[in-house]
Amino acid sequence: MSKTYYDPDDLKKFGDIADFEPKLADKFFDYYGEVFKEGALTEREKSLIALAVSHAVQCPYCIDAYTQDTLSKGCSEAQMMEAVHVAAAIKGGAALVHGVQMMNKAKKLSM
Amino acid sequence: MAKSLKAQGHKLAKIEEQIKVLNGGDFESGDLPTFGQKIAEIGHAPLKPSKLEVFQINLGYMCNQTCAHCHVDAGPDRKEIMTRETMQQCVDVIAQHDFPTVDLTGGAPEMNPDFRWFVEQLTAAGAKEIIVRCNLTIILANKKYHDLPEFFKKHKIRVVSSLPYYEASKTDRQRGDGVFGKSIQALQMLNEIGYGKEGTGLILDLVYNPAGAFLPGNQASLEQDFKKSLMANFEIVFNNLLAITNLPISRFLDYLIRSENYQEYMEKLVDAYNPGAVENVMCRNTISIDWEGYMYDCDFNQMLLLKTDEKVGQHISEFDLDKINSRTIKIGQHCYGCTAGAGSSCQGVVA
Repeated sequence: MSKTYYDPDDLKKFGDIADFEPKLADKFFDYYGEVFKEGALTEREKSLIALAVSHAVQCPYCIDAYTQDTLSKGCSEAQMMEAVHVAAAIKGGAALVHGVQMMNKAKKLSM
Repeated sequence: MAKSLKAQGHKLAKIEEQIKVLNGGDFESGDLPTFGQKIAEIGHAPLKPSKLEVFQINLGYMCNQTCAHCHVDAGPDRKEIMTRETMQQCVDVIAQHDFPTVDLTGGAPEMNPDFRWFVEQLTAAGAKEIIVRCNLTIILANKKYHDLPEFFKKHKIRVVSSLPYYEASKTDRQRGDGVFGKSIQALQMLNEIGYGKEGTGLILDLVYNPAGAFLPGNQASLEQDFKKSLMANFEIVFNNLLAITNLPISRFLDYLIRSENYQEYMEKLVDAYNPGAVENVMCRNTISIDWEGYMYDCDFNQMLLLKTDEKVGQHISEFDLDKINSRTIKIGQHCYGCTAGAGSSCQGVVA
């Protein structure tokens, strides 16, 4: 048993989740494949969104996969970093906007 | 400027070392299936030609650039170039046959002092389409090359040029400092005399290959991005973008090993194996000639010194079309590079 929670080689085994429960895994991977197909958004746009979300959910497997995928789809390094900043801005904003809640509560409690 | 592996006396300058790496590791242990095993599954072993359509001639390994990914290990320090005698042998073969395409590559083919003479002879011999794989910067490298665009136009040459990205950073990291700027200037010169423009019949194609250890994305999408960006920033137009996968040979192999990407890159190629690409893999319709006149199934086999099957002849002086069309193509693990994803060839995707 590996002594770390994350092993880069585990990413390649993602499909193995079907070993324990094939039906739901098949549905998920079918859905996943459909999501990333060109639609109203291009595959490249979807890949950049995935890269940003990967950082927001802080998933090392996803960051690994979507760094490769955005590079393959011809994204520039600046575009990739801007996508990460979008994630950071939303994450930061999500924390800060709760400051209003704190202020409301503080005002209610204070004289 | 960086030196070639050969000039460095690098271990990988020895071809047997490259073959050893390619056949070792996960292929040796059986963790990855060999290319031969994969094509046997679909009845393509041994691999046979379809019909010879592309007569590709490598005019020599001399180049004004030393690109980090070059599978030829070309550079200014390489002196191997084709003589006029060997060129004449090629012209004679082309005159006697009806190949749709003659494809001139290198190195920088234009640096061969007999390049223009050769093109004139090929035209006179009735060559239909002539491709020159022009690295763009050669046009600006020396005054004597400044009129190359005019020369190309005169002979209706299809110009195929490498540009790994539409921005300077990635391009220069792969091809050398300042290469992007000069490439843009050269493309503008080609556009100026009609290359890449609708209605002129003068074809200007760009070659995209990834600047790193990843596979090329969708060729059509990349072409759109390139067209949009090159037009918006530099008013440059071109015809087609050809997406080519980097094969693990020579300097790209060295890069993969040094950057500790080799194993993962090979896994990626094997994972992306597309049986549909085998049908149109370029060695099935191509013959590749080296500077000494030896024949190979493709330019990659040329760099690995895998000459054509002995039984059908290995030198241009022994060229026999029926024999060439019935030969067995030599394969290795590097061949996975041409069957990954949408496939890859000197003409871009194949599936």
